[in-house]
Amino acid sequence: MNAIAFLLQTIRISIPYLLAAAGGVMSERVGVIALGLEGLMLSGAFGAAMGSYYGGSAWMGLLGALVAGLVMTSVLAVATLRFKANQVVVGVAINLLVVAVTRFFLRLVFDSASNSPRVPGFGGEGAANAMLASFANPVVWIGLFALPGLGWLLYQTPFGLRARAVGEKPEAATTLGIAVGPLRLKGLLLSGALASLGGAYLALDQHQFTDGMTAGRGFIALAAVIFGRWEPMRVAVACLLFAGAETLQIQLQGAQLVPSQFVEMIPYVLTIIALAGVVGRSVAPAALGKTE
Amino acid sequence: MDRAALLENVLPIVVALGIAAVVGDLLILSFGEAPATEYRLLVEGTWGNAYGIGQVLYKATTLTFAGLAFAMAGRAGLFNVGAESQLAMGGFAAGIMGLLLPAGVPAVIGMLLCLIAAAFGGAAVAAVPGVLRARFGASEVIVTIMLNFVVLALLNWLVSAKIHVTETLHTPPINTGRVPRLADMFDAFHGSAANWTLLIAIAVALSSWWWLFRTRGGYELRAVGLQPDAAEYGGVNVKRVLWTSMCLSGALAGMGGVNFVLGYKGYYEEGFAGGAGFLGIAVALVGRNHPLGILLAALLFATLSQGGLAVNALVPKQLTDILTAVVILAVATAVPEVQRQMRAAAASALAALNRSAATPSAERDA
Repeated sequence: MNAIAFLLQTIRISIPYLLAAAGGVMSERVGVIALGLEGLMLSGAFGAAMGSYYGGSAWMGLLGALVAGLVMTSVLAVATLRFKANQVVVGVAINLLVVAVTRFFLRLVFDSASNSPRVPGFGGEGAANAMLASFANPVVWIGLFALPGLGWLLYQTPFGLRARAVGEKPEAATTLGIAVGPLRLKGLLLSGALASLGGAYLALDQHQFTDGMTAGRGFIALAAVIFGRWEPMRVAVACLLFAGAETLQIQLQGAQLVPSQFVEMIPYVLTIIALAGVVGRSVAPAALGKTE
Repeated sequence: MDRAALLENVLPIVVALGIAAVVGDLLILSFGEAPATEYRLLVEGTWGNAYGIGQVLYKATTLTFAGLAFAMAGRAGLFNVGAESQLAMGGFAAGIMGLLLPAGVPAVIGMLLCLIAAAFGGAAVAAVPGVLRARFGASEVIVTIMLNFVVLALLNWLVSAKIHVTETLHTPPINTGRVPRLADMFDAFHGSAANWTLLIAIAVALSSWWWLFRTRGGYELRAVGLQPDAAEYGGVNVKRVLWTSMCLSGALAGMGGVNFVLGYKGYYEEGFAGGAGFLGIAVALVGRNHPLGILLAALLFATLSQGGLAVNALVPKQLTDILTAVVILAVATAVPEVQRQMRAAAASALAALNRSAATPSAERDA
């Protein structure tokens, strides 16, 4: 197995994880449980296909992804922030809603139960080295810089300081004159934008939207957030680790050393072990999920 | 339940269903169809004929178990988001038990043993988040979600690599422990999947009510859900209640697997749960975590699910899936909001009463 090819494929697979996990860190660090990542990604993927199809370019696809992702994020924000609804319930509902809405519009717009027609992506078609050409996609670079950038935002800027305060001790933050609600809203919107870009990457990379195409990636991203203990750089490493396991499984498929189902389990089993505190305790932001 | 408590539980649901109905109307109108026609079709396709009723009852049976599972954990202050995999494991365990039992076992005993196997299958899956929560304080929300993927992948491997009929994703057919269909007794239900697991669901719902509200164990469980510190102070072993109620919740979800495996198909099949575990959250939410409310809510969501097929010719059947998600969102937002409003109204009424009581009687008489 070629080490460079392995690395490049790992990076490609990790991009949606990195973007969605960055969204997850942002959401959870301001105190909102990121159970809706899967739905936000899927809405981003659908928005990307719609934008790219009607706009005729991948850039319009990115715009479409952001619009779709932010509409869904707004629903989530209104329910959790304005009406103080239970965040777990809202997260599950958003995931169910997006699956239903994307299927509904798939039928309405493209008259298909399974997929959209082929849509433009970011160049690279017919290039000599398809693997390298896929790095001409700007979303790849946004993905690679998302978590380091988020680390800078959280630890080096006034917004980050306030965000962390709101996620750990909202009462104290209020006392210091920080408006908790608006700050959480900003965090959620950023989170939704990142997650929908993760979905957009999938749709633009495959040049189409297919029903349920995120296939649990939002939950792998959530696993990475927890496994990386809510620290952006650790989370990035977790994403690369999970993507590496997946690449290994794809490349070894012929060898059948371990059934693929067991490789699929790796992120989830590692996360459960991390939560049990076997190797260093994983402690969530203190105000996570609290509505009042 | 007194009248005020009933109002506080029922009013928000009515508000939420109203909101969902408005959203549904708008979606139907956007398709250029008349909402009234669609709703008539939906009701005719479900409650209008024996087959439709049978299908609704069949779907409501699984949803009742899933809803009870979520409610049982919810009453203990826990979120069991893992009913989907507990349901699958329960169905798998029932299927294996049915395959292992020798042919001569009496039907009733076979059924009972399969039901017990299903309960143990679900409980075993739920024990993991229960114990991790009680022992390490690990979030049961995350552990149940992660475990969904682990268990479903495990079952996928077992069925696809070990015990399947060639070219399919299901086990060989089960001969012992099959639950008879409604159609065996009432010819009108012919072709529908409804079976007598329905009666088990009703019996389990009633037992859950009795256990929750009439026994010491249920009292302790609810005490832990309301105020864990107070319960601990009152002598309740909170950690034990946490993991046992999670197991109980998993057992309830697991029993739901019987409906498909023994009542409908007669074998375990990959992916049979099909999201019913997650819909259980909606059922429990609308049923206000009360076993009797859950029976009603299960009928509602089963009607929506089956009704999608009835309207499919005019609007995509996903319309009812959208409505289901909207109902969940509407209930989740309306319940705290309406309850806040009602408390605020009660508080201001009380304040007014206090003010008038504080006014000297001579002044009032004057």
